[in-house]
Amino acid sequence: MKKSPAPSEVYLEGVFQLRGRDFVDAGLVSSRIKNSLKNKGVPEDTIRKIAVIAFETEINIISYAKEGTISFYLLPDRVVIEAEDSGEGIENIEMALQEGFSTADDSIREMGFGAGMGLPNIRKFSDDFEIVSEPGRGTYLKSSVMLNGNYRAKDDQDDNA
Amino acid sequence: MKLSEIRKILDARVVVGEDKLDLEIKTAFSADLMSDVLAFARAGCLLITGLSNPQAVRTAYALDIAAICVCRGKTLSAKFIEIARELKIPILVTDYIMFETSGRLFREGMTGCIREVAIEEKSRAQ
Repeated sequence: MKKSPAPSEVYLEGVFQLRGRDFVDAGLVSSRIKNSLKNKGVPEDTIRKIAVIAFETEINIISYAKEGTISFYLLPDRVVIEAEDSGEGIENIEMALQEGFSTADDSIREMGFGAGMGLPNIRKFSDDFEIVSEPGRGTYLKSSVMLNGNYRAKDDQDDNA
Repeated sequence: MKLSEIRKILDARVVVGEDKLDLEIKTAFSADLMSDVLAFARAGCLLITGLSNPQAVRTAYALDIAAICVCRGKTLSAKFIEIARELKIPILVTDYIMFETSGRLFREGMTGCIREVAIEEKSRAQ
């Protein structure tokens, strides 16, 4: 299902593997993506949106999938989060996009999630949002946050490594 | 309001960030649900929460939240403290419940980082 961008356009990219029910490090991928984008001088408000999108995506994969990957791409005009997982998939996407709809169990709620805000939050912070799911197979999600026209990728800054 | 004043008002213990007590914080957001924090809290605010697991710190980091005050006297895990140190996020712990914690700070002049969700939603749509 992946439709990754052409390599020539990419300033920076990363891929993270996640395992279902591995709650200990939930949020780590979001922190790492944030650090990488900071080092490239991406505007703070764009980074915050991407960090929220990555965080909620991470929680979704850990909570509902067997395994999955989250990729990010820094392109000249946008930052893209792309996630693919194998797992139970989403039966009714329209319903899952409604605030408050959730199938979470207690282990997810104990982390401070599982109140049916994940996908609505991802959509809210995205300038472009796409989700495809096959029940019983898995879910593909792509979210983009646009950069304003003035952005030029910086070389890595050591102090934020 | 400086972090040192927040500590005093809340009779709080500083678990991480003894060196950041001069930090100025003007607004706060109180919630246990991290998805709500991710949806509505703003950079630079104080996060007041009863959630004492590492996802509270990761959430604060995602949004550039200035500091976390854990209420209801929760015990923090070693992992929570380790991540807060690594991400340089000051952590206070108070025995007050969330209502008291928020109310005491509000009385001293701190305000919510947003006032109501409807306004927030409109401003974000612009």
